[in-house]
Amino acid sequence: MAQVSLRKLVKAYEGNVQAVKGIDLEIADHEFVVLVGPSGCGKSTTLRMIAGLEEITGGDVAIGGTVVNDIPPRDRDIAMVFQNYALYPHMSVFENMAFGLTLRKFPKDEIKRRVDNAARILDIVPLLERKPKALSGGQRQRVAMGRAIVRDPKVFLFDEPLSNLDAKLRVQMRTEIKKVHQTVRTTTVYVTHDQVEAMTLADRVVVMNHGVIEQVGPPQELYHHPATRFVAGFIGSPAMNFIPGRLEGDAHGLRLVLGSGVILPVPPERTARYAPHAARPVLLGIRPEHLTDKKPTDKRNIADFPATPEVIEPMGMETLVHFRIDGHEISARLDPACPVAVGEPITLAADMDQMHIIDPETDKVL
Amino acid sequence: MPADTLTAGRTPATHAPGSGSLQRFARRRSTIAFLMTLPLLAVIVGLVAYPAGYGIYLSTLNRTMVRNIGFGNYEILFDTDTFWSVAWQSCIFAITAVLLKALIGFWLAHMLHHIPAKGQRKWRGMLLVPWVIPPALSTLGWWWMFDPTYSSINYVLSIFAVPAVPWLGEPIWARIAVIMVNVWYGAPFFMIMYLAAIKSVPEQLYEAAAIDGANGWQRLRYVTLPMMANIISITVLFSLIVTFANYDIVRVLTNGGPRDLTHVFASYAFQVGILSGNIPRGAAVSLFMLPILAVCAFFVLRGVTRRNKEQM
Ligand SMILES: Nc1ncnc2c1ncn2[C@@H]1O[C@H](COP(=O)(O)OP(=O)(O)OP(=O)(O)O)[C@@H](O)[C@H]1O
Ligand SMILES: [Mg+2]
Repeated sequence: MAQVSLRKLVKAYEGNVQAVKGIDLEIADHEFVVLVGPSGCGKSTTLRMIAGLEEITGGDVAIGGTVVNDIPPRDRDIAMVFQNYALYPHMSVFENMAFGLTLRKFPKDEIKRRVDNAARILDIVPLLERKPKALSGGQRQRVAMGRAIVRDPKVFLFDEPLSNLDAKLRVQMRTEIKKVHQTVRTTTVYVTHDQVEAMTLADRVVVMNHGVIEQVGPPQELYHHPATRFVAGFIGSPAMNFIPGRLEGDAHGLRLVLGSGVILPVPPERTARYAPHAARPVLLGIRPEHLTDKKPTDKRNIADFPATPEVIEPMGMETLVHFRIDGHEISARLDPACPVAVGEPITLAADMDQMHIIDPETDKVL
Repeated sequence: MPADTLTAGRTPATHAPGSGSLQRFARRRSTIAFLMTLPLLAVIVGLVAYPAGYGIYLSTLNRTMVRNIGFGNYEILFDTDTFWSVAWQSCIFAITAVLLKALIGFWLAHMLHHIPAKGQRKWRGMLLVPWVIPPALSTLGWWWMFDPTYSSINYVLSIFAVPAVPWLGEPIWARIAVIMVNVWYGAPFFMIMYLAAIKSVPEQLYEAAAIDGANGWQRLRYVTLPMMANIISITVLFSLIVTFANYDIVRVLTNGGPRDLTHVFASYAFQVGILSGNIPRGAAVSLFMLPILAVCAFFVLRGVTRRNKEQM
């Protein structure tokens, strides 16, 4: 068990491509941290530097307080689960899981005890004698996790372990991974580009973009208090709506004026916060789930939001409605019982307590 | 076409009987497959089966090829010392040469794989040169270099104050020389096969092994070699057959001498059959290779099939 620290971590590939541009991150003992971000943002590179598979260009990686920059992967006491499993095809499931222990010269009965134990946790006891070829994708994934668990390492590293599985199995394995972590409590760094995985698994989520960290925080905090426009748009599905507008103030408070004459009052608690930006162009960020049909509520800061649906997507538990303001696509999540029709204007309710105002120049959430 | 034949297989019940069954036979998948392999079968029968059968028939004739003497030629061969020494020499030659070729080929492949991609092509090309020169020609070059008095190898040795070696004059050195030339000629083939095999091992397996705690040697032992097992056994088998039946190097370099001690089956068969004019006995010599190689082939190919079933 150990904490992991990344200090000013830099990775430059030849041709001076900076894949990781100076990352600082402290991961506590037992913590489950998820690195998430769009493709090419440097997640895998960061993980591979922790593993020792990628040379470190600048900065430090420390595991359990020791700087490991110059220590080869086999001496870092880590275990890694790869996207395509990387099981040894010529070894049985048992041998695959035992390999790391065999190399470390563990006694035979200790190896057997550990493999059996991991196999029980992962529910793969009947598969131990099989070769990887004779396993399904989900079973291979379990074996790959088993190989990590038996080692009882300081840190688990996962690189998109679920992206080769079909949607249903992915949800199932996600729960499985969470369960395993609750059992073994090993410090974990998990890379994914799927923000749902990030939200459901993580103690803390690290959102990366273009080789830098945009924001670090618990899933709920990232959802409710994104720091930048990128995080606001990346976390949550369907993604947050961004609508350009102006903040206008008078003696009674601030109003947000969108194009085509939609006027939304800013909640009085937030007036002070936004006052310096009055009379300047801003970006309204509001999630589809906070733009709904009107229903009786005791919330105070609900504003009318006129819309003319262009596309209606009934999902069963909700109905997604897409419309435009000034050419900007906006989506809203409505109760399926709410009557809507394409082209028929309706009035939606915008929950102004849940909206964000973004400075379009700095892309920071105000 | 598969769809075609499938429906053809299902519908005949509605056809009129009589003409239908012949048509059905002609359109069955296996029939079509057989017809399509016919040209190849004809080539194999013409170039392999017929000569082999004819060789067996020849080996049962007497020297003047007028009388059938059954296993007489074999009995005579079993009684000659030269034949047994040829059998020994063939085995030693083939096994040593193949082992060395495989080891050197693997080593070269491993080295090549680890030099940067830019230099790799150049080196690969240069290392393949021995394999693309016609062996009769390159062997002639070697013969010249082995010349005891005037040539390069002994000259180089003399620089280091090593006394001149009678390369082709003494049995032990002649045997070594033959093997050396064969290895020089054959190792590039192993190299290119092994290089392809090494390149096809997924990089992530090495990464997984590195994290599992394997050092360089252990990665080679537990990942590279098992992943290459099939290609290794197939190349070794193939090369064993070709080396066992080698003719040109021995013929050009030593012509079997000194005292017939470097003969292998093929060159000895040529000597007995063509040069001494006893074609049936020459045929018997060359046929002696068949059972040895068949047994090797059986075991190697069985291993390959088993691994294929389990892993691929
Ligand atoms: N060997 C390499 N040489 C040069 N550039 C590389 C190399 N490997 C990765 N990169 C670059 O580094 C950047 C980060 O790559 P990385 O693999 O970390 O992305 P990622 O966040 O894991 O993306 P994904 O979600 O697609 O896996 C990318 O822009 C990529 O093009
Ligand atoms: Mg990646």
